[in-house]
Amino acid sequence: MIRTVDLCKYFDGVKAVDGVSFSVDKGEIFGFLGPNGAGKTTTINILCTLLTPTSGEAQVNGYDVTKNPSEVRKSIGLIFQEPSLDDRLTAEENLDFHGIIYDVPKDIRTERKKELLEMVDLWERRKNVVKTYSGGMKRRLEIARGLLHRPTVLFLDEPTLGLDPQTRNHIWKYINKLREDQGITIFMTTHYMDEAENCDRIAIIDYGKLVALDTPDNLKRLVGGDVITIRTTDDEKAEKEIGEQYNLNVRRDEAGIHLEIENSEEFIPQFISSFSTKINSIHLRRPTLDDVFLKLTGHEIRTEEASARDRMRMRMRGGH
Amino acid sequence: MFWKAVYVICLRDIRRFFREKSQIIGSIARPALWLAIMGTGFNTVFRSPDAGNYAQFLFPGIIGMTVLFTSVFSAVSVIWDRQFGFLREMLVAPVSRTSIAVGKTLSGCFQSMIQGSIIMVLSFIVDVTLTPLIIIKVLAIIFLISFALTSLGLLIASRMVSFEGFNLIMNFLVMPMFLMSGAFFPISGLPAWMKSIVAVNPLSYGVDALRGVILGIHEHALATDILFLAGFAIIMTAVAVTAFNKAE
Repeated sequence: MIRTVDLCKYFDGVKAVDGVSFSVDKGEIFGFLGPNGAGKTTTINILCTLLTPTSGEAQVNGYDVTKNPSEVRKSIGLIFQEPSLDDRLTAEENLDFHGIIYDVPKDIRTERKKELLEMVDLWERRKNVVKTYSGGMKRRLEIARGLLHRPTVLFLDEPTLGLDPQTRNHIWKYINKLREDQGITIFMTTHYMDEAENCDRIAIIDYGKLVALDTPDNLKRLVGGDVITIRTTDDEKAEKEIGEQYNLNVRRDEAGIHLEIENSEEFIPQFISSFSTKINSIHLRRPTLDDVFLKLTGHEIRTEEASARDRMRMRMRGGH
Repeated sequence: MFWKAVYVICLRDIRRFFREKSQIIGSIARPALWLAIMGTGFNTVFRSPDAGNYAQFLFPGIIGMTVLFTSVFSAVSVIWDRQFGFLREMLVAPVSRTSIAVGKTLSGCFQSMIQGSIIMVLSFIVDVTLTPLIIIKVLAIIFLISFALTSLGLLIASRMVSFEGFNLIMNFLVMPMFLMSGAFFPISGLPAWMKSIVAVNPLSYGVDALRGVILGIHEHALATDILFLAGFAIIMTAVAVTAFNKAE
């Protein structure tokens, strides 16, 4: 469904996307995971023909994005990171605009409009101007709109950014339903780790390069078992002791000492009985994609705040 | 597909136009105030052998002014759409950018024609008689002026990413165009430097055509006005469409 070969995009010499190759199968939910500025949105913009690549190839639904952009556009639905609705129009009018510009015949449009607005629980509010909607409602409307022309590939750029957990769950329910009902292929970007768990496969991107591509479970296996966090009265001494006694991957920060270990159930009792430094607490957990990201890139995924520009935009939008 | 895109872009703008009540009230109040206050105020000092009173002389100028502002604002609404994301919804649709540009231009023309019609209703204030034939001619001229000015605005909007440059355009392009169009004073007695600006200002041909049709007083033949406006509109549209196609 989607295929890229050595895709690159430079902005004034800055490599936003740097030699990215991957392919996505039909009906797959494919996640692009990485911090902001890693090149996720740039990749999406290339795939949906809004940007032309500096070099490399990209195909969507069998069409080349630079040679055949209009066929690509017909094949895809897009849910942007930032709202792209006309907030002076009603939900229905926004959908009509989309339906007409995508050449969906009127009777089919009417039918799908009802079906989709009911799916995202906005049918009752269809005659209200979008300005009166909450953030979650707007996002749901955008999802309905992106599906109106029955795309074969749906692109979701940070679909649940800034939404409350309840709405996020809701949206994930829709996405899974879509795949089951319509066999739609979904390409999404996110920097929420828990959200990425919903994907069939995940590509981890950092500084414009792919660092890993696999199923969430396989990626977690890269971490090498469970993650144990130990707090002691003297972490520095404890770290040294562990380093001497066990051949383990050890990392220390303000939260304590972190170990990655297989067979942790057997390890812990043995560890406690033989350890000389006084232990305050032991915490054991299964690895998450956060651990994977840390392991692969050497830094944590930055949980950044909204940039100054976004905040200003929010204010402007709230202002009228 | 081309005309469907043009249609839906116009439909959206017209819907927004009628939804904004304050805008509609403003579009009636503003010309009414101009005509009532300026028309009365300058009437005592205005002497022209062939025009009636100043308010009547001003009337076609106010139509021209309204068309200018409506066209420019309609075109730069593209910058709003860019800021608030809706432009992407249009750009990523399977339609050509040319159809988007043409849609935007025609929508500016329709909005100008609506605004122009509102002002024509106000013609009783200044005691100008409009026959159906004059009304049709005026609307046709409005369409032509607006086509020229909206494409000019679109050219600017396609190069402008934010609103920071907007004041610059208002002060150094729109206001001079407005003041030096012959909307307020006859251009025949002006000094040479000002005359040369008036001569390249598309709005002055528009105002002249309107005044000729409404009052029967004009500087150029109607055909000259129409030819200049049409030529300007065609060239501007071509340039604007090219610029719009190139913009990221």
